[in-house]
Amino acid sequence: MRKIYIKEDVCIGCGLCEVYCQLQHASVHDLIKAFKKRGPRPLARARVEAKGNLSFSVRCRNCEEPQCVYACLTGAITRDIETGMITVDEEKCIGCCTCMLVCPLGAIKQDKEHKKMIKCDFCQGEETPACVANCPNEALYCVEYDSVNKEVMAKSPSPF
Amino acid sequence: MDNTERIKYLIIGNSAGGIGAVEAIRESDKTGTISVVSDEPYPAYSRPLISDFLAGRRSIDKLNYRPIDFYEQNDIKTVFGNRVTGLNLDDNTVQLESGQKLAWDRLLLATGGTPIVPPMEGREAGGVFTFTTLSDAIAIDDYLQQKPDANAVVIGGGLIGVSISESLLKRQIKVTIIEMKERILNVILDEKTSYMEHKAIKDSGAEIITGHTVSKINSNTHGEVYGVTLDNGDVIPCGIVIIAIGVRPRLELVNGTDIKVNRGIVVDRHMQTSVPGIYACGDVAEAYDFIYSENRLTPVWPNAYLGGRTAGLNMTGNATDYPGGTNINAMKYFGIYIVSAGMISSPDKSYQELIAEHNDVYKKLILKEGLVTGMIFSGDVDRAGIIYNLMKDRVNVESFKRSLISDDMGLLSLPESVWRDRLATVPTVNGVDCAVS
Ligand SMILES: Cc1cc2nc3c(=O)[nH]c(=O)nc-3n(C[C@H](O)[C@H](O)[C@H](O)COP(=O)(O)OP(=O)(O)OC[C@H]3O[C@@H](n4cnc5c(N)ncnc54)[C@H](O)[C@@H]3O)c2cc1C
Ligand code: SF4
Ligand code: SF4
Repeated sequence: MRKIYIKEDVCIGCGLCEVYCQLQHASVHDLIKAFKKRGPRPLARARVEAKGNLSFSVRCRNCEEPQCVYACLTGAITRDIETGMITVDEEKCIGCCTCMLVCPLGAIKQDKEHKKMIKCDFCQGEETPACVANCPNEALYCVEYDSVNKEVMAKSPSPF
Repeated sequence: MDNTERIKYLIIGNSAGGIGAVEAIRESDKTGTISVVSDEPYPAYSRPLISDFLAGRRSIDKLNYRPIDFYEQNDIKTVFGNRVTGLNLDDNTVQLESGQKLAWDRLLLATGGTPIVPPMEGREAGGVFTFTTLSDAIAIDDYLQQKPDANAVVIGGGLIGVSISESLLKRQIKVTIIEMKERILNVILDEKTSYMEHKAIKDSGAEIITGHTVSKINSNTHGEVYGVTLDNGDVIPCGIVIIAIGVRPRLELVNGTDIKVNRGIVVDRHMQTSVPGIYACGDVAEAYDFIYSENRLTPVWPNAYLGGRTAGLNMTGNATDYPGGTNINAMKYFGIYIVSAGMISSPDKSYQELIAEHNDVYKKLILKEGLVTGMIFSGDVDRAGIIYNLMKDRVNVESFKRSLISDDMGLLSLPESVWRDRLATVPTVNGVDCAVS
């Protein structure tokens, strides 16, 4: 499965990942229109935190033991066994926020207008998610988590 | 030979706990026989959603907790609409109401709760209901189709009482809630937040009477309810009464057996009862509560699932500890968002309370010796999970406790070791970082 990782030492806290996430999930895919013209602003599924010199971008990490899935009152959140992706079925979700109360990252939040929960959906099949593609400092990257072989591991950079 | 069928994993109860167990079992054992028995006739449904059904906001087919082909896909034998009438621990069998017998290798008791109905006069009258099952909701719906003008008295201002009151109000039914204690939702909310709910309910047009109980339900010669009499002699006319005082563990199968019972079935961290091979979870079980460091009843959906999951893993031989649960609630009754977990008020002076309040935001933490033992957030409930997990992981927050109730609370409010642990750090295999950049 694919996961998004962060390199917080090169994150400059510019917030572009949030902006491109909003744009990706807006009804119109035009920056000006999405932010200026159409009713309520689209919501970002990533959030940038900053404190002093430190900043990083947080989103759902598709936990191996997804507490949100276990807690969901209605069965609206499920894990795709093929991709490992955790998704919210908007039709089933009642917006009760139980999943939010158990998420260790605070990565799932409520779309107050529609009273449904939203979270990172990996841009629904995009090759590279919008946040990763548009981070000016390459502080975000996408990893194929299962297919890592030893050779690749040996060549990879050291952990941050 | 008798015709007893032998089942590897026998599950009694087809709800949060039972489903948590079968999903965990099928992760490692794809072929061992599983049977799920329930006296309810339906595939697993979301119990909290029966109020949406009653309110007319959701049809029956939209209550399903799992896809329609769930049992087939997981090769589960279902025995629905059939009650287990007895356990025999000598030969590991259960007796079903239908006369059938099933033998088990591993047994899970996920029998949930049963509504408390005090022995008050008139409780058998027509128009008196409890509200914990889909059948209850259907019966109430049918009754109200016949009597759309009935006024309702809801006995009990807890979660179930408030939940059904909201549904009834949506149907334009006049509602009076009668709560014995001084305030509604007193088990899961503190004074401040319970008052917020109180006000919201009143604003929606319902009456709330606190500090009183119903001493008698009045019915006419046809046995139909026409009112209730309170302990102070006041009479409230009504055409329907809902008894929503609470639920207690459904212990009929274990009473009188060797299975140890306190308030609920006592289980260890593997969710195993005092009898090896027999497990219990959910509303019927008294399992580990990490806030009190002892076994307690925590009758909420997420804990039932997680306890069931833990039981299922252990039933397949995959030794796994239940991480523990505590009372957690996320609610949005009458449009007010509140989440609470653990304690709702300080038991004594050795606890400290931290409160932040402005506009519509209310955040309260209860702490003891640096550990968070309770939280209630209202208004701004985003990211509350960050704190719930500090409670669960027993993280000492003394040095940063104030930042936890600030508006910009986030992972960076936590010490580096904690947020690194939580974030998607680069995966490592055998200690080697495996990022592809
Ligand atoms: C109206 C309402 C609203 C709620 N709202 C919330 C909420 O917002 N959040 C939350 O966390 N929780 C909520 N709850 C509580 C939640 O539904 C329970 O904690 C949860 O259902 C417990 O799951 P369980 O698997 O332990 O048992 P249950 O859901 O009680 O299921 C047990 C099953 O076992 C069956 N059974 C028992 N004994 C036998 C027997 N002898 N033979 C055959 N079958 C048997 C029962 O019929 C039942 O189907 C609500 C409950 C109600 C009623
Ligand atoms: S929403 Fe939270 S708990 Fe659920 S998978 Fe994502 S990070 Fe994990
Ligand atoms: S808010 Fe939606 S996804 Fe979250 S627990 Fe409630 S129903 Fe499930």
